[in-house]
Amino acid sequence: MAERVLMKGNEAIAEAAIRAGCRHYFGYPITPQTEIAAYMAKKMPKIGGVFLQAESEIASINMVYGAAATGTRVMTSSSSPGISLKAEGLSYIAGSDVPALVVNVQRGGPGLGGIQPSQSDYFQATKGGGHGDYRMIVLAPASVQEMASLTIKGFNLADKYLMTAMILADGTIGQMMEPISFEDAEIETYEKPWALTGTEGKRKHNIVNSLYLKPDELEKKNFERYERYKIVEENEPMWEEYMMEDAEICVVAFGIASRVAKNAIVAARAEGIKVGLIRPITLWPFPVKPLKAAADKVKSFISVELNMGQMIEDVRLATECKRPVTLCNRAGGMIPSPEQVLDSIRKAQKGE
Amino acid sequence: MKTTQILIAGFGGQGVLFAGKFLAYKGLVQNKQVSWLPSYGPEMRGGTANCSVILSDMPVGSPIITTPDVLVAMNLPSLQKFVDTVAPGGKIIIDSTLIDAKVERTDVEVFYIPATQMAKDAGFATLANMILTGKVLKEISDVAYEGNKETLEAFIPAKKANLIEVNCQALQLGYDY
Amino acid sequence: MAVVFEKPKALTDAVLHYCPGCPHGIIHRLVAQAIDDLGIEGKTIGVAPVGCAVMAYDYFACDMIEAAHGRAPATATGIKRCKPDNIVFTYQGDGDLASIGMAETVHAAARNENITIIFVNNAIYGMTGGQMAPTSLPGQVTQTSPYGRDVNHCGWPIKVCEMLSTLEGPEYIARVAVNNVKNVNQARKAIKKAFENQINGKGFSLVEVVSACPTNWGMTPQKALEWVESDMLPYYPIGVYKDRSAGKEEAK
Repeated sequence: MAERVLMKGNEAIAEAAIRAGCRHYFGYPITPQTEIAAYMAKKMPKIGGVFLQAESEIASINMVYGAAATGTRVMTSSSSPGISLKAEGLSYIAGSDVPALVVNVQRGGPGLGGIQPSQSDYFQATKGGGHGDYRMIVLAPASVQEMASLTIKGFNLADKYLMTAMILADGTIGQMMEPISFEDAEIETYEKPWALTGTEGKRKHNIVNSLYLKPDELEKKNFERYERYKIVEENEPMWEEYMMEDAEICVVAFGIASRVAKNAIVAARAEGIKVGLIRPITLWPFPVKPLKAAADKVKSFISVELNMGQMIEDVRLATECKRPVTLCNRAGGMIPSPEQVLDSIRKAQKGE
Repeated sequence: MKTTQILIAGFGGQGVLFAGKFLAYKGLVQNKQVSWLPSYGPEMRGGTANCSVILSDMPVGSPIITTPDVLVAMNLPSLQKFVDTVAPGGKIIIDSTLIDAKVERTDVEVFYIPATQMAKDAGFATLANMILTGKVLKEISDVAYEGNKETLEAFIPAKKANLIEVNCQALQLGYDY
Repeated sequence: MAVVFEKPKALTDAVLHYCPGCPHGIIHRLVAQAIDDLGIEGKTIGVAPVGCAVMAYDYFACDMIEAAHGRAPATATGIKRCKPDNIVFTYQGDGDLASIGMAETVHAAARNENITIIFVNNAIYGMTGGQMAPTSLPGQVTQTSPYGRDVNHCGWPIKVCEMLSTLEGPEYIARVAVNNVKNVNQARKAIKKAFENQINGKGFSLVEVVSACPTNWGMTPQKALEWVESDMLPYYPIGVYKDRSAGKEEAK
């Protein structure tokens, strides 16, 4: 086993990105993710990489767009209000089919909101954020170890499907330290014949572009893109099942909420309540399969979220509303206690 | 199977986060499952700061501590804020140089240590945090006391290696109190 | 038969979509000539703007990318930082560069980003049908300043070269025009220099090209060029506003 080190979640992302071969980072400071930029600023110059603090989130995502268009592994990171600013670039990157990694260490919103942990950008990450028909692969780490492993995975998936992979973390996992071991990063490499590298007089010019003024052409592009998305939906959903074998109640939670939920589930099991957890690791593609299967076994679902109830809509869709789904939530930077989740589980047990 | 939740609270600049980091590394070195979670943001600048450390034989669930087994209070607001959250049977370690108040709860064990004064007297005025941490090590059974030097070496940068010895002395003062 | 006129190799065979009498064709040609003259087509990457030149990616034969409105300098920065040996240029209009993209422009200049910017100033938003631009002249009538630009209400036009030349960062800032043969020849030299500077690693070079928009100015092409001379150039004088290496070259 590789050596265990203690690391902050944000730093784990940065180190993992470097191990994944990322040598270009463009960003703008915002709490609670600034450790990523600080780590990159320290490390990149020493390994022949580029760290550049841009003048704004808008500029940084457009730097990412340019860098990605050259076929280079590139990333940016921010937190909720900053991701709103990057939404323009996310749409262009999607419309141009170039790969990038974007990290959102979420804080409470809307507006300037607060700086405490939140999951209230679920809709923004999984349903759009920017304009137009597009998807991003959204990965939701629940530990410092996953901050690293999903970052590496995210780069690989982005290159594989020519999409943005977003790490949707939150302030807690970004700020906390846990032991982590870096196995050798498995770097997948893909041919990038579309990349802007200069024609060298050997080929027709490459054009990276999202403008299609003829609607039939633009429609065709969208249809093609969604064919690709369909493959992602078939092949890439990731989830964890915890104590689900005999579960009668299924808690659904991702990221930090799933860890609170696990404490509550252990406590509920001690009271004899048969409850388990399905933890989506990819929020898009959403793990529909296990939820649909669970809907045939359990009597109800509880969606535990750090927002006003966003993922709950996907839980209802995935389970085709076969069973009741209740919400257990806190918002604005507050985190539900295990007791609150336990209470929801008890209520579900009583059929309330 | 054992899990201990330690909450260290004080104001910014007292070394609250450092003390927590030390305990987390202590767990790491001794092959425990650990988590370390700081309070973060503007409140760190001179306001209250706290940090949650969990040492466990099992994978750590939530890193957020709502009912600490051990509370280290380094100022009065922190004690007032967290005293009622401590688990029954838990322990509260108080810097009695800075905190006049007494804990009224009878279902917890309380240790009053004049850590700030002791640190001053010993010639390392900034290490009250480590004196209190020495007491934590005495009171918990999750990690062995031995090996503090190696633990400190694991995360104190080489250019500050001169600090390792005094930190060990501070830990010992607290452990022996 | 003797060849009397040739299209630069750095332009494709695509038919330009610009209005009759629009100087964009001339400016495209000047950029392509510079690329040809320097023999850099194979390693050049161009960044197209949002505005009339939005489809420039079809016209230049080098690798091209279409940037978001105003973000071309940021996109170019991303490309250049990944491909420092390639030659990266942006081609932007006044709304793109001096309004929505001003922050990207100023900061790329401040960083002395080693890129070349061709800034086409025709004092109006052309693509969207003739609205007031950040460079529209005081009193200029546009769709969104139908009574003439009132500087007390919507402020003064921005003199990009004058402003950027106050920065320590940039290497070369020049303003040229394409309203007559003499000015076109001068513009050709400035644009070539802006690319040479990048090749030589000198840094940020911006050439503002004072242009015309007969369609949205509501003038004949001939009249529009006269208006450049009579109204535009007094407000936006031709000249080199900053050339960090100029003195050094003379000293050699």
